[in-house]
Amino acid sequence: MCSYIVMKAALRDSSAKGPKGWMSVDTANVYYDHPTHAPLDHALGIDFINEAAGGRERVAVELSAESARELIKQIEAALANGEREHAIAIAANKAGAEACEYLT
Amino acid sequence: MAFEGLQTETVKFRGHNGDMSEAYFARPTGNKRVGGVVVIHGAGGWDEWVCETTRKFAHNGFAAIAPNFFVRLGEGSADDVAARARNAGGVSDAEVMGDVVGAIAFLRAQSTVNGKIGVTGYCSGGRATYLAACTIPNLQAAIDCWGGNVVVNDPSAITPKRPVAPIDLSANITAPLMGLFGNDDMNPSRADVDKTEATLKHLGKSFEFHRYDGAGHNFLNYHGPGYRLAPAKDGWSKIFTFFGKHLG
Repeated sequence: MCSYIVMKAALRDSSAKGPKGWMSVDTANVYYDHPTHAPLDHALGIDFINEAAGGRERVAVELSAESARELIKQIEAALANGEREHAIAIAANKAGAEACEYLT
Repeated sequence: MAFEGLQTETVKFRGHNGDMSEAYFARPTGNKRVGGVVVIHGAGGWDEWVCETTRKFAHNGFAAIAPNFFVRLGEGSADDVAARARNAGGVSDAEVMGDVVGAIAFLRAQSTVNGKIGVTGYCSGGRATYLAACTIPNLQAAIDCWGGNVVVNDPSAITPKRPVAPIDLSANITAPLMGLFGNDDMNPSRADVDKTEATLKHLGKSFEFHRYDGAGHNFLNYHGPGYRLAPAKDGWSKIFTFFGKHLG
């Protein structure tokens, strides 16, 4: 929309891989504007940058609105699955440790 | 008249605050004195299409200069530098107008420029073109191509970098103005263009607007999906006729 409206997501302990390899990123700039490469009038753009380091390098994606919504769903699903499995694993480890302690 | 020979180069010039800036400059070969055109890029930055457009003006008999308005943001590919500009909330109107004034001075200093200057731009560069017509004296013509936010409907769009709605300065326009718009565009919307048209009419300004059905934003730009052949052909014809009339 040529609006320069950018939503900023603060990121912690996060990294992205670009043409020069891995870099730490602290900000995701999210916008809906004319894309550079995607064959659309408007696309959801995300630039992963390291603002603290000047923000000159970026890892960028341009997604159709439909694709962006699908991505949001799958991010939520992956987090839910991953955190559930992680919780189960922690509980199992804890139970195992307690059993070992009891036996000894 | 189309010129077969062109001279193109990247040049340095003094822009806003005397900053050293850079621009792509294209002109017909030979010593014929021709009108000058400042080409103002949009949010996409100083990209290949802007340089191609600058050459197109030269091919059609004008000395054209396209400043890099993102020059202060460092080097890199056009889209990466444009991303930095977006991250910074764009560049300020003061910087853009200062750089346009510097580019005009560069053109007027060329022995092959006849002293008549037109300004044109695309997307946010269209808005800058309208602003230039309102604020820079001694322009001979201006062509706003789908400039969004000339009319500001959302007060949050008024920022320290863009402190005025250009339409509010319309009374200051002295140069003949042309506008090209796609009727499917969302920014500027049909209602925005209606409002600008009504304002210019009310003020008695010399202007002509051309509005195309089946076209949206960016319909001259064949690098993107917004390109529309018929409006583009008609639009370019009108652009060269308009500048030919006022800059010849």
